[in-house]
Amino acid sequence: MQVTRKNSLFTRYELIGFAILAAIIFIVFPMIMDTFRLNLFGKYLTYAFVAVGLVLCWGAGGILSLGQGVFFGLGGYCMAMFLKLEASTPENTSIQSTPGIPDFMDWNQLTALPWWWEPFHSLTLSLIAVIVVPVAFAFIIGVAMFRRRVGGVYFAIITQAIAAVMTILIIGQQGYTGGVNGITDLRTLLGWDIRTDEAKEILYFVNGALLFVCLGIAQYVRKSKLGRLLIAMRDQEDRVRFSGYDVANFKIFIFCLGAAFAAVGGAMFTLQVGFMSPSFVGIVPSIEMVIFAAVGGRLSILGAVYGTLLVNWAKTTFSESFPELWLLGLGALFIAVVMAFPNGLAGVWSEHVMPRLRKLGSRGDSGTPDAAPSTPAAE
Amino acid sequence: MLEHAKGNPNYVLMVEGLTVSFDGFKAVNDLSFYVEPNECRVIIGPNGAGKTTVLDLICGRTRATEGSVQFKGQELLRMREDQIVHAGVGRKFQTPSVYEDLSVYENLELSFPKGHGVFGALFFARDEEVNARILEIAELIFLDEQLDEKAAYLSHGQKQWLEIGMLLIQDPQLLMLDEPVAGMSVAERKKTAELLNRIIQDRSVIVIEHDMGFVEDIATRVTVLHQGKVLSEGSMERVQNDPKVIEVYLGH
Ligand SMILES: Nc1ncnc2c1ncn2[C@@H]1O[C@H](COP(=O)(O)OP(=O)(O)OP(=O)(O)O)[C@@H](O)[C@H]1O
Ligand SMILES: [Mg+2]
Repeated sequence: MQVTRKNSLFTRYELIGFAILAAIIFIVFPMIMDTFRLNLFGKYLTYAFVAVGLVLCWGAGGILSLGQGVFFGLGGYCMAMFLKLEASTPENTSIQSTPGIPDFMDWNQLTALPWWWEPFHSLTLSLIAVIVVPVAFAFIIGVAMFRRRVGGVYFAIITQAIAAVMTILIIGQQGYTGGVNGITDLRTLLGWDIRTDEAKEILYFVNGALLFVCLGIAQYVRKSKLGRLLIAMRDQEDRVRFSGYDVANFKIFIFCLGAAFAAVGGAMFTLQVGFMSPSFVGIVPSIEMVIFAAVGGRLSILGAVYGTLLVNWAKTTFSESFPELWLLGLGALFIAVVMAFPNGLAGVWSEHVMPRLRKLGSRGDSGTPDAAPSTPAAE
Repeated sequence: MLEHAKGNPNYVLMVEGLTVSFDGFKAVNDLSFYVEPNECRVIIGPNGAGKTTVLDLICGRTRATEGSVQFKGQELLRMREDQIVHAGVGRKFQTPSVYEDLSVYENLELSFPKGHGVFGALFFARDEEVNARILEIAELIFLDEQLDEKAAYLSHGQKQWLEIGMLLIQDPQLLMLDEPVAGMSVAERKKTAELLNRIIQDRSVIVIEHDMGFVEDIATRVTVLHQGKVLSEGSMERVQNDPKVIEVYLGH
């Protein structure tokens, strides 16, 4: 009994869980779907980046952000700015009064590229900006809020307000941002046409791979002492503080990490869908992203991915037939999940399905799959 | 007391003129007391006397309006909560505060005094040193059999012990315990007294307690607090026979 408690990165069940998800994303989907559907599911998976970040912030750390769309959008916009500049060559835009600048700037009587667009001529700088801009913004919000010990509902409301302000800002500054239409008509990435079927398939796989990178990071964080500290802070913040931790720093870190994940998702969204607009930044998409995580199970990073896929698939299916009912349905789904299955799909799985499976297999093994705070198994 | 205390380097903790006012109500009012090395100071007093508030002020949870708290020559009133902890002050809360979703082992691990920065925590390794120390503390607090149990499943008394263990693993110079035997059975109280007597050998302890039998078992000196002020101070015997104390506290 008295041996070192191993703290391996994956338990056997978690490893199987990762493998199954990888098989679904990399083998099953590409096999059964045509390019159009695959691209659609690739788009859904970009939201999964946000949901995974929310599992860390909200599920583990108890920090509910209702403004993750802001970081998704900032990542997406940084990518879109690069693609837009590449699409706006003087030849392509020769009919404009100022050729060589994005079309929406020309429509808004701008005669030169704003200085802060200049770095987005470079792919390297743009890719750096995809991560750095949203993370820097999250850092500023985090320092301002968590240092003052703003938390809980107040934090949620403030992040929601930030999402609203961000949308208004983007829409209002249409000469610089493309306004309500967003940045559209994106064509090539370093000369590679992203609109072809082949490109869409490749981007789907790149997106899947990046999602697994984020899942791997999230898994590492959850299994580190920092992951356990988040759970501790969620329940007994004062005890953590009076054990010698500067609690705010940990909250800032996890909020920035969630923002980074969201930003990668946003950039991949732009690449796969071919545009970015304020409708992915504001309050409604931000809340939808929280619902994805809640449905999947806010304690489970893999659950968050399934939740995202399921809700989005349902959205596409139902909103085609009953567009007006969808929002109501989504609200009802959220309430149902919170009331009946507070741990979402992952909870249903680990509390109802797994025990039965285990009984069937009757192989005495410890450790639950992706149900969050698992105690270290004495190996 | 006051006169020869000034500048005496032998005190671990010197509280002088400590005052806090909540909207004009002085919960702690011009309070002074001094704690020696290896002393077990017990603070008693009726409900609302300001006992918990005194600990809150020392550990930085509540900001003082006036006064000074010197710990080994450092002024604690100007330090952040986590800095006070790192200076060597540990504090147990009145209601047991443990991490219910984590195992006993993990509860102790999080209190191990290493890897307290963001990146320190991210790359913290559960090495032999950590493991050995956790086992050592677990044995001391009678929880070596429960290491893999979730803290939520512990009894109330065991949670109290766990929280004490979480402080011990940091090896603080000054340990402050707010009602450590509240909700414990008689047998558990005896074990806790034993535990405290062992702990005191290496450090100073401030204990808030209502149970007089328990106080007698552990106290080096007793401070009686009443309406935010020291009513009486000295050995248990002296305090018990102080007519002022009998009147406000022990009498009923
Ligand atoms: N943050 C606060 N704001 C306002 N009043 C407070 C605050 N904290 C404590 N008080 C008041 O200060 C007084 C002392 O409270 P304290 O908790 O220190 O008492 P105590 O001696 O620990 O009592 P008990 O034996 O019941 O634990 C009480 O009247 C309480 O209502
Ligand atoms: Mg009290």
